[in-house]
Amino acid sequence: MIHLRGWKRWLIVLIALHGTIACAGFLAPYDPAEQDRERPYSPPMRIHLVDSQQRFHLRPFFYAQRLRPGSFDQFEESIDQRIPLHFFVTGARYHLLGFAPSRIHLFGAEGSRIYLLGSDGYGRDQFSRILYGGQISLLAGLFGAALTMFLGVLIGAAAGYYGGWRDALLMRVAELFVALPWLYLLFALRAFLPLAVSPVQAFFLITLVIGAVGWARPARLVRGVVLSARERDFVRAARGFGATDGYLLRRHILPETASVILTQAAILVPQFVLAEMTLSFLGLGVPEPVPSWGNLLASLQQYSVLVSYWWMYIPALAIVPFFLGYLGFASALQQDLGTEKIETASGESRW
Amino acid sequence: MRYFLRRLMEAAFLLIGVSILTFLFSTLAPGNYFDEMRLNPQISSETVAALRAQYQLDRPLPVRYVRWVSSLLHGEMGFSFAYNSPVAPLLWVRARNTLLLTLTATFIAWALALPLGVWSAATLHRLPDRSLSWATAALLAIPDLVLALGLLILAVRSGWFPTGGMVSLGSERLTPLQQTRDIALHMELPVVALVLSLLPTLVRHVRGAVADVLHTPFLRAAASHGIPRHTLLYRYALRAAANPLISLFGFSVGALLSGSLLVEVVMSWPGLGPLLLEAILARDLYTVIGGVLCSTIFLIGGNFLADVLLYWADPRIRTAASAQ
Repeated sequence: MIHLRGWKRWLIVLIALHGTIACAGFLAPYDPAEQDRERPYSPPMRIHLVDSQQRFHLRPFFYAQRLRPGSFDQFEESIDQRIPLHFFVTGARYHLLGFAPSRIHLFGAEGSRIYLLGSDGYGRDQFSRILYGGQISLLAGLFGAALTMFLGVLIGAAAGYYGGWRDALLMRVAELFVALPWLYLLFALRAFLPLAVSPVQAFFLITLVIGAVGWARPARLVRGVVLSARERDFVRAARGFGATDGYLLRRHILPETASVILTQAAILVPQFVLAEMTLSFLGLGVPEPVPSWGNLLASLQQYSVLVSYWWMYIPALAIVPFFLGYLGFASALQQDLGTEKIETASGESRW
Repeated sequence: MRYFLRRLMEAAFLLIGVSILTFLFSTLAPGNYFDEMRLNPQISSETVAALRAQYQLDRPLPVRYVRWVSSLLHGEMGFSFAYNSPVAPLLWVRARNTLLLTLTATFIAWALALPLGVWSAATLHRLPDRSLSWATAALLAIPDLVLALGLLILAVRSGWFPTGGMVSLGSERLTPLQQTRDIALHMELPVVALVLSLLPTLVRHVRGAVADVLHTPFLRAAASHGIPRHTLLYRYALRAAANPLISLFGFSVGALLSGSLLVEVVMSWPGLGPLLLEAILARDLYTVIGGVLCSTIFLIGGNFLADVLLYWADPRIRTAASAQ
């Protein structure tokens, strides 16, 4: 596994990654829906400091693109048109972190749009769309994980605390959910929900579906912890003093499960982000024109795009640092808080 | 024998449970296959109602479930509206392709994971183990979807693999041997994607299981008797470590099916995946139910196989089963 000292480092990495996505409006030069039909599929632009005459410029610049002579969809740099990059420019309106209205963008250019990571079939800036799409995908993952953990703790605590037939029934259902292939489960649930919905509805719909599918594993782990915590001396003593079930669970038993819950959440979030990506990629998730990491990849299903426009694959790579960050965070957590129980649980996490 | 009978009973309950659940969900579904027709001005509402009646979509749920079970017993599994044919033959062709893909991938993945994992455990915390650990960590950090799409782009741009579909154009004119070769060539890319997504977890588990038994007294005794290292690792250690690995095989069937679903859609392999996706988008109710049920059957089959292997490999389970 990846070892770094302590989970705190990984937490800082994760906060930095999420902060980048949260500030999408500021970092992205354009609105994600802004089109430029004149320039579909233009390749990523290079930022230069040295121009074609070997002169050095302090201000970074890029060259405007023009159609390569004799072609109708291939762009090349036109070295006679130097466009300087400007910082903190005024552009499209957005709301920073969802509430602070602003028009200041980190960078931009006058005269020509700049495509750091290329543009898509409608001439929309991929760099902006990846940043904005991350907001949708990460939120879906985080909300889904929160819902799953809530369900898992509720069901696991009920099964472990009350025991008896409730335990047997709940754990049987949990086994069923753990055994079934998750993608088929997602498909089955998604199949019977409305297809044509607005992006906002779709977002909540698939968050619900993703969150409802994964509760079984955390429930089983929480149940195990509750089962042993229930018999601890201080819990028995509290019960002897007349503590109610609710008080016991809230005050004495559930705090014992905190490390399991935290580790499980760290394992689940990236998987749920991936689940959102998969659904949206297949056209069952968040629809156009709202970007998400999944539907940004949808155009790759066309052979022509696959052959000619490799930069349409870039959005797929956006999730990799998040995956690494969460993987490292989860394994560091396990080492620091570790019990063997959690160790075995995460080993199976891909199944 | 009783042991297997009980397993079969459990499997039957699981199948019935899944089929009832999918049927229940299907009533929650707003709209059905014929809703599209309703928007078409050339089709009268009477025709749509008649079609609905013909396919029994206007009947209450228990009636439909019983009808479906009876059609299942007749080997039809309901009727696909989109393909205008019974579901079972549709599923059968697709399921065969999925099985071909997943079985090949499982075989290759285990054939690679066993030696790699044993090697890693034998050189624990030394260079080969460390580099393998890094390699598997890196592979784990690349999600299936990213991996599959990346491989596809690589294949398309390099031209090393044929992409898309299962056979080349005009393959029906080839000799059987050439046809097999053609299919094998088309299989390469999806199999590589599946193997790469399975491999890291398998290698890690093999490493862990073997490393656990390497310290046991009986293996130290065997080593001190001068039994060759290779025999020690593969004959003695691997066999003692087999138990958790066989359970892992049972667990991994579910992941394999999910992975295969995605890879099939991305690489347009004509398996269950694309069929299921199209059926969902077309609201082709019985095909969806059939596809989900088919995956459940695969899952049960895989777990049953794991049970049989465990029974064969672990004398403790045999004695426990016969003591019942």
